[in-house]
Amino acid sequence: MTEPPAAAPAAPDRDTLDALAAHWAEEVEGTSYVPMAADELQEHLLELAGLVVEAVRAEPPRPEVGAEVGRRLVAAHFTGPSTLERTVVLLADRLPALYGPEVIPAVHALTGALAAGYAATLRDRTLDEQEAIRRAVLVARQHTEQALHASEARFRAMFHEAAIGIGLGDMEGRILEVNPAMTRMFGHTADEFSALTVGELAHPDDAPAVWRLYERLLRGELDNFRVEKRFFRRDGEVIVGHLTLSLVRDEEGRPSYQLAMLEDVSERHRLQQHLTYQAYHDPLTTLANRARFTERLEKVFADAGPHSTRRVGVCYLDLDGFKTINDSLGHHVGDLMLQEVARRLGACAGEGELVARTGGDEFVVLVEDSQGVDRLVGLADRVLAALAPPLRLAGQELAVGASIGVVEQAVTDTTASELMRAADITLYTAKAEGRGRWAVHDPSRDEAETARFTLSAALPMAVAHDEFFVLYQPLVSLSDHRVRGVEALVRWQHPRLGVLSPALFIGPAEETGVIVPLGRSVLETACRDARDWHAEFGSAAPFVSVNVAPRQLHEPGLVAEVAALLDRTGLPPDRLQVELTERALTTDEGAPLKALDGLRAMGVRIAVDDFGTGYSNLSYLRKLPVDVIKLDGSFGEGLREEELYDEVDERIVGTLVDLGHALELTVTAEGVETAAQAARLRELGCDEGQGWLFAPALPAGDVATMLRRGEPLGELTAASPSRPAGLRAGSRPRRRAGPRRDGRGA
Amino acid sequence: MQRPSWAPEEIDVDRPSAARVYDYYLGGLHNFSADRDMAARAVADWPELPRIMQANRAFLRRAVRHLAAQGIDQFLDIGSGIPTVGNVHEIAQAALGEARVVYVDIDPVAVAHARALLADDPTTGVVEADFTDPSSVLDDPVTRSLIDFSRPVGVLVVALLHFVGDDRRPGEVLARYREAMAPGSHLVLSHASADGAPEHADEHRALYRRTATPMTMRSRDEVAGLVAGFTLVEPGIVYLPQWRPDDPSAPLENPERFTGHAVVGRRD
Ligand SMILES: C[S@@+](CC[C@H](N)C(=O)[O-])C[C@H]1O[C@@H](n2cnc3c(N)ncnc32)[C@H](O)[C@@H]1O
Repeated sequence: MTEPPAAAPAAPDRDTLDALAAHWAEEVEGTSYVPMAADELQEHLLELAGLVVEAVRAEPPRPEVGAEVGRRLVAAHFTGPSTLERTVVLLADRLPALYGPEVIPAVHALTGALAAGYAATLRDRTLDEQEAIRRAVLVARQHTEQALHASEARFRAMFHEAAIGIGLGDMEGRILEVNPAMTRMFGHTADEFSALTVGELAHPDDAPAVWRLYERLLRGELDNFRVEKRFFRRDGEVIVGHLTLSLVRDEEGRPSYQLAMLEDVSERHRLQQHLTYQAYHDPLTTLANRARFTERLEKVFADAGPHSTRRVGVCYLDLDGFKTINDSLGHHVGDLMLQEVARRLGACAGEGELVARTGGDEFVVLVEDSQGVDRLVGLADRVLAALAPPLRLAGQELAVGASIGVVEQAVTDTTASELMRAADITLYTAKAEGRGRWAVHDPSRDEAETARFTLSAALPMAVAHDEFFVLYQPLVSLSDHRVRGVEALVRWQHPRLGVLSPALFIGPAEETGVIVPLGRSVLETACRDARDWHAEFGSAAPFVSVNVAPRQLHEPGLVAEVAALLDRTGLPPDRLQVELTERALTTDEGAPLKALDGLRAMGVRIAVDDFGTGYSNLSYLRKLPVDVIKLDGSFGEGLREEELYDEVDERIVGTLVDLGHALELTVTAEGVETAAQAARLRELGCDEGQGWLFAPALPAGDVATMLRRGEPLGELTAASPSRPAGLRAGSRPRRRAGPRRDGRGA
Repeated sequence: MQRPSWAPEEIDVDRPSAARVYDYYLGGLHNFSADRDMAARAVADWPELPRIMQANRAFLRRAVRHLAAQGIDQFLDIGSGIPTVGNVHEIAQAALGEARVVYVDIDPVAVAHARALLADDPTTGVVEADFTDPSSVLDDPVTRSLIDFSRPVGVLVVALLHFVGDDRRPGEVLARYREAMAPGSHLVLSHASADGAPEHADEHRALYRRTATPMTMRSRDEVAGLVAGFTLVEPGIVYLPQWRPDDPSAPLENPERFTGHAVVGRRD
């Protein structure tokens, strides 16, 4: 290697190359991102600059090196559009300046090759990267589709397996798709469904509102709604469905589909119906019960407007002599009889007629649109005829009779409760007029009057035939619940009507004067029985309290009569108490007062019955010869039970007790039914009590038995502890009205 | 019928994607005309954009090198985009010889591309997931198989959070990642900002509204709020080129023109 090659150019000096590379870097910097630090970049370009300079200065020049330089630029990610331009311009300018004009041809050739190499490499890279990104798109799409399929499959599975019926319809109401749950619910196949429209799923029971909602949904005014409605199955059966209908909108928000979700709630509905049935039916006879009857009757009135021409009627019937059958043949036979009667009644009733059992042996047939009394009378005749053939029960033939009260009125003329009151009285009239018949209520006539008249007419004979008997209800000391006295209560053993309570016949007896002989007879019986007790129990024997009517007080001989009676029976006068109503006492006439004075003078005690129910001035008590006041049972109602507790009642009772005691009177409470009530009354200072808690009205023999036992009556408890004072004061209506429940009607 | 919300979104190459637009800015060729059109319109309005993107990518390179120098050899790159040039595993492996990297992106095309590119590299993995659902990122089997969260990890959210609106509570999401990171781990974050060039910001946001990932620019203070809980590495929150430049002596003209905040924080 002694002879250097003639054309070998001098090795390019390092400084010149460095400057060229720096210049180059400056030119191309920022045309694209090259992942190198500045010094790395310069290093890279220095290498390329070395190649370029060597190539143009070689003998012969090697311009093809330009292609390699172009390739390496692209490889380093010099991909920006201006990189090539700037490189070519730089080399064409700088190389001749550095190495003289003789390199110009070589530079031209080299930059040409560089541009070609750059372009070819960039083209390949572009094709590669475009292919890569397109493949990536394809792969991603595949993934997306798979995911879509998977989610669609999940959706399908959900649609298929859902226990709830799902259906899709278009905006014309055509049914496009339904899931298997829906087909099962309806018994239609999916194909049969597609031939249906939503409108065909209507049911005659649908409320008009349902279809109005549907219209609004179709118009896009509503996005969804829920209803419970009936549907027909393919087999004609009815199902009850809980339907949620939703509107599906397209991307622009236009209604495009309707989506139905339907849950079959028939089972739940049936259960509900069953419960409702139970609430409204009599389990023994399966007839409607009183609640159902009352509801239907009230609905008749509620539905009728003030100008309604609607008429309503009832046949109210009660079996004659049912109690005797029940008592003599047993409840089982009684029940069979009620069932058979119910069956026959049911057969009599026609369209629009509801048969109900409203009580023990009471039935009613309601005719909701009666159009005249004839229909009711016809019905009553049919009922009587139906009951006429004897019943074969438990191997024997039994006859059953019934009395029927018929009422038929315009709805606007009466109310539900008035109608039933009229029916009650009319039934009673029918019974009083002889059993096995019907009576029609006549608004122009006072039915109660008729009934009374019928009874009035029978009273004198009844007294003559001694159809009355006396029961005794104990009066106990509230401090120890031991018997102090008994109240004599009269009953009428009516030959046809059975046992009648005084409420039914005392009024007519007073009006007709029959009360006088009747009262006398009761007084006599009571004194005899009391005398017997006195004979057996001595000072432990109860006094007897006998009701005396105002009419009796007016009888001039009353005092003498009583004196003679006491004498005759040997009953000590202090064992007799006479009960009068406030009304009897507050007459201005002198005779009654004189009679009272006379009785008192003998040692007979005087009690004011039903104290507190009259309108009288309390001050009369001071002037009158009275020993005892009996508080009406209605005052004690508010003390009966915790949940009925009424503070006002309590204060009134307390006040009356205090008033009585101030006048040195004994205070007796009537209508005591619960131990809590008794305890409360005792705490308020009440002396005596009377009511079901202690004993009902008993025959004289039972009273003796009771006295022989000598036990306190009724549960004896302390007053219930701290009651939140005033907690419920005024929060509940007073119950002053309502039936008396003092047990005397028993 | 409409696409139900639970069905995946369709892939529509006529709609620009942030990942591909970004690739285009960097001189990449993994993009479609819709992406280039959008980029061209953006550049017409804001000529510095390509330089800003390059500055962002350069920050990422410097930050990864810095982390590698701290001995961090596992990286979770969330919002990694199209693997174009200067990817995290290349930088880290160049520095350390060996490193494991998991790339995460929400863009199915970017993910598919990354998978194709990295299929043969057992030290890298790709996960398609949404940053705002941390458990889908952290509990992915690919993540679990490559990254050991008991050791320091580098978590990268570079040029990502401006695609996460306030309604998705990026600060709270970041805190969830922080809890998963062992002490000594680092967070690398860059974020577009309107601070330096407010005149361009609105226009730019408007362009991104057409993509699947609209933009939310945040101020320096807001970025500071996002990284609360990390100890900031010197120099704290700065403009992109100012974060530990390769040549600290080289003059930087108007760094604020590179409107983007850069920050690296350490989990102590
Ligand atoms: C501008 S690129 C950044 C690429 C890379 N990190 C860099 O800075 O060089 C933003 C990437 O974030 C992705 N991205 C946007 N929102 C995302 C999210 N919620 N979860 C994951 N990736 C997201 C986009 O798909 C895009 O690829």
